[in-house]
Amino acid sequence: MPNVRVVNVTKKYGNVYALDNVSLTIHDKEYFSLLGPSGCGKTTLLRLIAGLIEHDSGEIYIGDRRVDQDPPEDREVGFVFQTFALFPHMTAWDNVLYGPKVKNYDSKQSETIGHEVLELVKLSERLDAYPSELSGGMMQRIAVARALAAGGKILLLDEPLGQLDAKVRNEIRYEIRRMAKDLKLTAIHVTHDQAEAMSISDRIAVMKKGKIIQIGTPKELYMHPNSIFVAHFIGESNFLEGYITKIKGKYATVELRQGLTVKALNEREIKQEERVVLAIRPETCEMKIGYITAENALQGKIDKTTFEGTIIRYEIRLENGDRFVINRPSLTEDWVEIGQEVTITYPLDKAHLFPYPENGLTNETSV
Amino acid sequence: MLSKILNILNYLSSKKTIKYALYFFAIIIFFALILVPPIIGILTKTGSLENIFENPELMDTALGAISASFIIGLVVSALDLIAGLPLAWLIARGKSKWLSVLDTLADIPFVVPTAALGYSLLLFWSSSGGISDLFGHPFVSPGWLLVMLLHFTFSFPVVVRVIVGALMDYKMEYERASRTLGSPPLTAARTVTLPIIKPSLIAAFTLAFARSLSETGATFIVAAGVFLNGPVFIQTVSNQFNSGAISQASYEGATVFASLILIVVSLILFALIRVIGQKMKLPFGHGLASLEKKLSYKKAVLSRNGVALGVFLLIVLVPSLFVALPAFQALATGTTFIDVFTGSGVWASYWQSLFLSYGLAAVVTVLGILLGLPMAILIARKTFGKIVSGVLDTLINIPIIVPSIALGISLKFFWSNISGLPEFILLVFAHLAITYPYFVRSMSAAMERITIDMEEASKTLGAKPFTVFKSIVWPITKYSVLSGAIIVFTRSVSETGATLAVATELQTAPVLIVNWVNSVRTGLSTIVGVNELTVGLACGLLILFSFIILLILRLLTKKGNV
Repeated sequence: MPNVRVVNVTKKYGNVYALDNVSLTIHDKEYFSLLGPSGCGKTTLLRLIAGLIEHDSGEIYIGDRRVDQDPPEDREVGFVFQTFALFPHMTAWDNVLYGPKVKNYDSKQSETIGHEVLELVKLSERLDAYPSELSGGMMQRIAVARALAAGGKILLLDEPLGQLDAKVRNEIRYEIRRMAKDLKLTAIHVTHDQAEAMSISDRIAVMKKGKIIQIGTPKELYMHPNSIFVAHFIGESNFLEGYITKIKGKYATVELRQGLTVKALNEREIKQEERVVLAIRPETCEMKIGYITAENALQGKIDKTTFEGTIIRYEIRLENGDRFVINRPSLTEDWVEIGQEVTITYPLDKAHLFPYPENGLTNETSV
Repeated sequence: MLSKILNILNYLSSKKTIKYALYFFAIIIFFALILVPPIIGILTKTGSLENIFENPELMDTALGAISASFIIGLVVSALDLIAGLPLAWLIARGKSKWLSVLDTLADIPFVVPTAALGYSLLLFWSSSGGISDLFGHPFVSPGWLLVMLLHFTFSFPVVVRVIVGALMDYKMEYERASRTLGSPPLTAARTVTLPIIKPSLIAAFTLAFARSLSETGATFIVAAGVFLNGPVFIQTVSNQFNSGAISQASYEGATVFASLILIVVSLILFALIRVIGQKMKLPFGHGLASLEKKLSYKKAVLSRNGVALGVFLLIVLVPSLFVALPAFQALATGTTFIDVFTGSGVWASYWQSLFLSYGLAAVVTVLGILLGLPMAILIARKTFGKIVSGVLDTLINIPIIVPSIALGISLKFFWSNISGLPEFILLVFAHLAITYPYFVRSMSAAMERITIDMEEASKTLGAKPFTVFKSIVWPITKYSVLSGAIIVFTRSVSETGATLAVATELQTAPVLIVNWVNSVRTGLSTIVGVNELTVGLACGLLILFSFIILLILRLLTKKGNV
């Protein structure tokens, strides 16, 4: 039914590609996130689907119907804006009933819908208040209720939690997902917050500079990033530069700076002597006190420690001068002092090898 | 030396007593020079009202003229809104690059002095050579219809400008939200955009209404003795008194009566418009969406834009500039050309009046900035609290609302108590009273756009109040000051009603044009050497200078992105 298909869509502003030949399919009843840094084109894509801006080329389908020439009011989508865009001259109740009224539902039917959606967003008080009199959380609920009341089967959310403080944001994000799932809606959620996208999405499209870099479930993106950018943007990674000196089966030996050698899974089948970047997640590493000789070990000294509540973050200066970060549980392990010599080990299949990017590592990881 | 002066200014600005003394001075000047004289002036003469009560015929004429003023003002302002909204929408939302040209063209009638505009309309609508040639008789004869056309022409750009500004500032997100909820564009505009910009629509209506009530010179020209509204009635009575046709008692009685009613009814009406306008809500219009959907796309939009452009070009722009034709004809005759630029004959008085107009406008502009700036800061920054700021904000509107000829009459009565006051000073006071609100308005609006955070950031970095003003407030608002100053300047150059009321010897350019037109059209008080070509040329030159000012305005405001 209402799956959304975007086929070879391009949108330019002047000479800048906001979207460059983008294609993707969002399944019926899926909670899908568009994730990426500012200016990556995620909001442009969402607005194109809603019909709020016009594309230069390509096709957009909702269900079997091609909609890219239709005005927004004919696409039957609900849109929640980052700024909520609640009509300031209407009360919360009038805002919610706006869609049914415009669609010429009779007043009894409109009111029934209004009460239903307000029950869903758990808001039944202060309905006579104007938007300026409501808290951020309440405005957000009204904005969602208004979008739901209009009756579309597709819910488009443009950074819907961006204006809320951290505590409320964490609460509401799960509620939005629950509502979308309860109502069997297809939801497309735009965010630049990877933690938000990871926690609520069935699938995520990671975008950069008008292109989709990778689409996958949160686990796939985290465990198997297809690029340095995704490895960097989703979660955290240590990047070590080197050359492949030897290949044996699925594994490669990598010579890091100053002759330090380690092994890693060569899933991209990069050739010997090529320049590479080794990406290792801080959470996958083990850390032992003192220098221990092992086949796949990195040695260094603790440079800095940061207490972050449930974890302690250690910044380690490796023997070759590279910086390496690992996170350890703060309550179940003894804390290690600054200056302490440590050995880091990691599972071979959790270290990802990527070809060294043409435009440099710094450029590739910049957001 | 400069740094010493800056140090002194910084020292003085950090002294609270000096700062508050400056603000109090601004308030005192506002009351003493702008607000109180017109009120006291008219009140001191209420004794003369019995003269008109003894003359029921004159009173009936006055009441008829005043009602005509209000009816024309209300009808024209409503028509302005109806016709101005589609054009403003086209300018603000259209995508063609030609719309910036249209945007500039829409301002032309605004800066053309109304006296020249009046003569231009008279030529276009009811003289041979104009549109009347197509019909063989005057298409629109001088009278109430021509007055309405005139008032529509000069108030239309004001309405368009205000609505364009409101649409530019409007957050499009509301309209987009409405569209995603199922509204076609027209429904989104009716149910969301227009209610949100309603304060600007009310402001546009109010300004158009005020302009219509105030306009004197051009109305006098197109009314041509066959139609009276309030200001024309006052001017006619003044002329009759000057020619000895009526007694001083009748003159004072009639002018005080008409001015008083104009002032009181205007204030009541404006208060009503403000109160009712704020409370007025459009019905949601169930079921209109499907009709509006049909009217929202291609053909309907093209037709709407076509009508809006047609109204603007045929009723506003072409008639406004029609006077250029006789101006070119006059220039084609070599002798006139030489006379104009050597200043011989009647042209000597023309140049004199032009210098007086621009000199007066320059003095008024400088005074307006000096006196208006502290008041603007006071209002925008709510220095004395919200209530004082709100009261001052309301009070400064009064000179805009009060018809300028009534204001002039009142000021004349007030200042005539001080004997020996030169007429030029009287003119400065009158023009200052009329233009002061325009500057304070635009300046306080600009100040409100700067968040207080910037000023506070500057203070935490060690800047004294004067340095904060010089380094933060001034660079951000200087283009608003400039555009505010140019509005004051052009308004002063255009002003006729109050000028006619307070000056008997000095003649500003619009007053001279009114007199010349009277000489040509009515044959009353004939001026030797003035004919249709000279009047056309005089108007044409005035319009040319206005164009130059408009150009400067556009360049300055574009540079500052304001």
